[in-house]
Amino acid sequence: MEALFRNATRFFAGLVLLLLGAIVVTLFVDALPAFRAFGPSFLVSQEWDPVRNLYGALPAAYGTVVSSLIALLLAGPLGIGIAVFLSELAPPWLSRPVGVAVEMLAAVPSIIYGMWGLFVLAPVLHRSLYAFLEERLGFLPLFAGPSLGIGMLTGGIILAIMILPFVASVSRDVLRLVPPLLKESAYGLGATRWEVIAKVMVPYGRTGLVGALFMGLGRALGETMAATFVIGNSHTLSVSLLSPSNTIASTLANEFAEATSDLHLSSLIALAFLLFLITTAILSLAKVLLWRMERAVGGGSR
Amino acid sequence: MTPRGFRYLRRKAVNASLLTLSAASALFGIVFLVWILREVFLRGARALNWAFFTELPAPPGVAAGGMANAVVGTLLLTALAVALGVPTGILAGTYLAEYGRKNALARAVRFVSDVLASSPSIVVGVFVYALLVKPLGSFSGLSGSAALAILMIPVVTRTSEEMLRLVPDTLREAALALGAPQWKVIVAVCYRRVLGGLTTGVLLAVARVSGETAPLLFTALNNPYWNWNPLRPTGTLNVTLFNYAMSPYDDWRAKAWGAALLITLMVLVTTLLARLVVSRTEIGRS
Repeated sequence: MEALFRNATRFFAGLVLLLLGAIVVTLFVDALPAFRAFGPSFLVSQEWDPVRNLYGALPAAYGTVVSSLIALLLAGPLGIGIAVFLSELAPPWLSRPVGVAVEMLAAVPSIIYGMWGLFVLAPVLHRSLYAFLEERLGFLPLFAGPSLGIGMLTGGIILAIMILPFVASVSRDVLRLVPPLLKESAYGLGATRWEVIAKVMVPYGRTGLVGALFMGLGRALGETMAATFVIGNSHTLSVSLLSPSNTIASTLANEFAEATSDLHLSSLIALAFLLFLITTAILSLAKVLLWRMERAVGGGSR
Repeated sequence: MTPRGFRYLRRKAVNASLLTLSAASALFGIVFLVWILREVFLRGARALNWAFFTELPAPPGVAAGGMANAVVGTLLLTALAVALGVPTGILAGTYLAEYGRKNALARAVRFVSDVLASSPSIVVGVFVYALLVKPLGSFSGLSGSAALAILMIPVVTRTSEEMLRLVPDTLREAALALGAPQWKVIVAVCYRRVLGGLTTGVLLAVARVSGETAPLLFTALNNPYWNWNPLRPTGTLNVTLFNYAMSPYDDWRAKAWGAALLITLMVLVTTLLARLVVSRTEIGRS
C-alpha cells in the first residue's frame, strides 16, 4: 500500500513534466506539414491567404510582439509604482484593500477585458486619444490614420491593463524581500523615502523586478480573448499603431475551428508551436530570475 | 537661500512628486477595476431575466430566448474538469511536499508547473485538439474539460504542495512513531490538517478556468441545444458570449453582457471564497 501510494504520487508528479514534453512534441509533429511546405520562409512571409493556401507567420508574429511590448511599456512602470505603493507607502488599512483590488483585477477573465475593451474603451479612445494622435501626429507613419478605435494600440492598452496586476503583485513580493535592516540604515543616514526606494530597494531587487517584467511579457504574448476582441483581426502588416492588426493567439481563436484545409490547420498549429516556444522561454527566464532573487535573499539574511 | 537648503528642498520635492505618482498608479488600477465591473454589472443586469436561465437560444436576430444550455454546459464542463484535474494536482503536490521535497524530479516538476501556470491557454486548446478532438473525430465537451483540467493542474499542484508544507514535521513524526505507515500519515494526518488549504487550491483552480474561453473554442466548440453527451459539442457561457458579442444583432450583444456578468460573478465569488476559506482555517492563523 505504501509503495502504491508513493508511486501514484510520483506518477502524477511525472505527468506534469510529461505534459510539457507532450505539448511540444504534439504541436511540432502537427506543424511539420506547414514547416515542410514553406520552410524557413514561413517565419518571414507576409502572406496569409487561405484561398491560395499560402501561409506566413510574419504579420501575426509582428502583432504579437509589438502589442506585448506596448503592454509592457505601459504596465511596467505602473505595476512597479503600485508595488511601491503597496509595500512602502500605504498604511496597512489601505494596502490590504488595494491589494485585494489588484487581486480582483487579476481574476477578471480575459474575455471580459476583451468585451469591455471593444464596447466601452475603444469608442472612448477613438474619440479622445486617437483623434488627437491622428490630428497632431498623423504625419508620423506610426500614428497614420484613419483610426477605427480597434487596432494595435488598443490591443496593447488592454493587454497592459491585464498584465498590470501580475507585474504589481510579483514586484510587491520582490520588494518585500528587501531586508528591513538595509532600509533602516538608509533612513538612518537621512535618506528620503523615495531615495530609499530608488537607491536601496530597487537595486537590491533588480533581478526580481526584471523577472516580474518578463512574467508580464510572457502573459501578454499569449493572451488570447482580450486581444481578439480589440486588435482588429487583419492579416495586413502595417506600421501604424492605429490600424487593425493581429496576434498569433487571435489568429488561432478566429480561424482554428473553421480552418479550410489541412495545410491551413497545420500552419495554425505551427503558429501555436512558435508561441509556446517563445512564451515558455520567456516565462522560464522570469522564473529563474525570481528564484535567483529568492535564493540571494535567503543566503544573505542568514 | 544656501545651496544646502536648496538641495534639501529639491530632495523633498522629488520625494513628494514621485511618491504621488506611485499612489496615482495604484488609483489608476482601481479606476479600471471599478470601471470594468460597473459596465459589466449595469449592462449585464439588464440582460438577465427568467428566460435567460430557462430557455434555449433563439434563432439569430429574434429577440427572445436565453442561454439555459450554456449555463448548464459551463457547470458540467467545470465539474468534469475538477474531477480530472484535482486528483492529479493533489497527488502531484503530495509528491512534491512529502516524498520528493528536494530531489531533482521535484525541482523539475515545480519549475515546469510554474511555467505551465502562465502558459497561453489557447495553446492548451490546440494541444487537446490534436490529442483528443482529431482522434475522436468530433468536438466534444470531454475534450473541453480535458483542456480546462490541464490548466487546473499546475494551480492545484502548487497550492497543495504549499499547504502540505505548512504541516509541522513534528506532527508527522508523532504519527510515524505510533507505527503508522507514511501513506497513512499523509492521508489521515496531513490531508486532514490542511483540508481548508486543499479546498482553497480547488477553488482557485475553478476561478482560474471558469473565465477561460480560448481553450474551449476548438475543443468543446458550441451548441445551441441541450446536450448531455460528453462526446458531442457542448455550449458554454464563455464561447456563447464570444459568438454573441461578435455578432451584429443587438439582442445577442445584450445577452452577451448577461453572460459576462454571470462569468464575472462566478470568478469573483470563487476567488473571494478561496481567500475566506484560507483565513478561516488553521493555516491562516499559523
